[in-house]
Amino acid sequence: MIRVALLVAGKDLRIEARSRVLASQVLPFGVMALVLAGLALGPARAGHSGAAPGLFYLVLLLVTLLAVGRSQSLERAAGTRASVATLGLDPAGVFLGKSAALALELVTMGLVLEALAVVMLHVALAGALVALPSVVVTLATLAAAGTLYGAIVGEGPVASTLLPVLALPAFAPLLIAGERAFSAALSRQAEARWWVITLVALAAYLAVGVLAYGVLEDS
Amino acid sequence: MSLAGPAPTGPVVALEGAVVAHGGFPLLAGVTLELAPGTLTILRGPNGAGKTSLLRLLGGLEPLSGGRGVVAGVDLAHGDRRLLRRKVGWVGHEGSFYDDLTAEENLRFAARALGRPGAAVGPALARVGLTARAATAARRLSAGQRRRLGVAWLLVRRAELWLLDEPYAALDDEGRELVGELLVEARAAGVTIVASAHEALAFDGDREVRLAGGRVVG
Repeated sequence: MIRVALLVAGKDLRIEARSRVLASQVLPFGVMALVLAGLALGPARAGHSGAAPGLFYLVLLLVTLLAVGRSQSLERAAGTRASVATLGLDPAGVFLGKSAALALELVTMGLVLEALAVVMLHVALAGALVALPSVVVTLATLAAAGTLYGAIVGEGPVASTLLPVLALPAFAPLLIAGERAFSAALSRQAEARWWVITLVALAAYLAVGVLAYGVLEDS
Repeated sequence: MSLAGPAPTGPVVALEGAVVAHGGFPLLAGVTLELAPGTLTILRGPNGAGKTSLLRLLGGLEPLSGGRGVVAGVDLAHGDRRLLRRKVGWVGHEGSFYDDLTAEENLRFAARALGRPGAAVGPALARVGLTARAATAARRLSAGQRRRLGVAWLLVRRAELWLLDEPYAALDDEGRELVGELLVEARAAGVTIVASAHEALAFDGDREVRLAGGRVVG
């Protein structure tokens, strides 16, 4: 399982390094969304500080949806699916590999967007650094959840529009937990409760994905 | 290079009244077929006859909806289709690869997935005349070169059952000759081959199976 996970993650990351779709399209989208969020709030610094964590995570969710779609599209090209299926890869390894690659990509984009939030939304740098671990864990959870929902949606002409409808309700608790953890970090309060929620969600998505990814792929 | 895995005993394909249906519509409506190891079978028939569906069933890519079947020792109704998939080599009529990976990277991925040595990749590319294009992204290969890469994918696999959907599609005369040579060579090495084809082939099959309306008609 681990061997397959490393193989699949390496393949996905190599494809992204070669195609730069996330770097040239998805990340710029996230940057624009965050800049627009700052403009929509107006110039008042006080307004920004309260809304910044929520806006930051809202943008991350949109970026996640696009990244999940891209990750799944790699396997959906005509012919590729059948050829790769005949390799008989362990589906649990495929799930873990795709989740790991997506998590790394999301964390990379998340770091850029968090730095931008410091500039555009006047987030305190020290608070942003304290919030960083929770951002990383939340993005890893979003990657696992997104990979699972990407497989549920499958392929077909409605896949790209169906994904947000199915995934966003499932992402909502992660948005709330992430926003609370970020807000707690900014105000230097305890944030253990939100960490626990996110870690439990991560464990649950990983367990379901390892057990069910093969069934979802075949269906 | 060796083309075949361990030689099977008994029929590689044994179907009895096999049905494949999607949404209640039968793509295969009761196919009975038996193929011996080391044979080359050519599927003929008009569009929609069920050629691709039969190939996909044999490759474990479609579930059996009715009837019975055993392919490469795997029961299609109750067996592990994932195990069956590892035993077949598939070349569809579309591309077979990750477009952003190079020809060599695609084959290395397949080799590593199957636990085959990376050393198998170079000879496979050379055999299909793609050594000079090894570092070219699959998306930049011509349709004929992509077809050749599909055949190289088969060579790396050493599968006991090769399934080819329109193997001549997009190939020039030289490519057709090459594929013909490889298929004859593979058959001689004990590989069982099933290929669908519309046009005349440059090699003789051991058997032609004619399909129409999801049934064997000749």
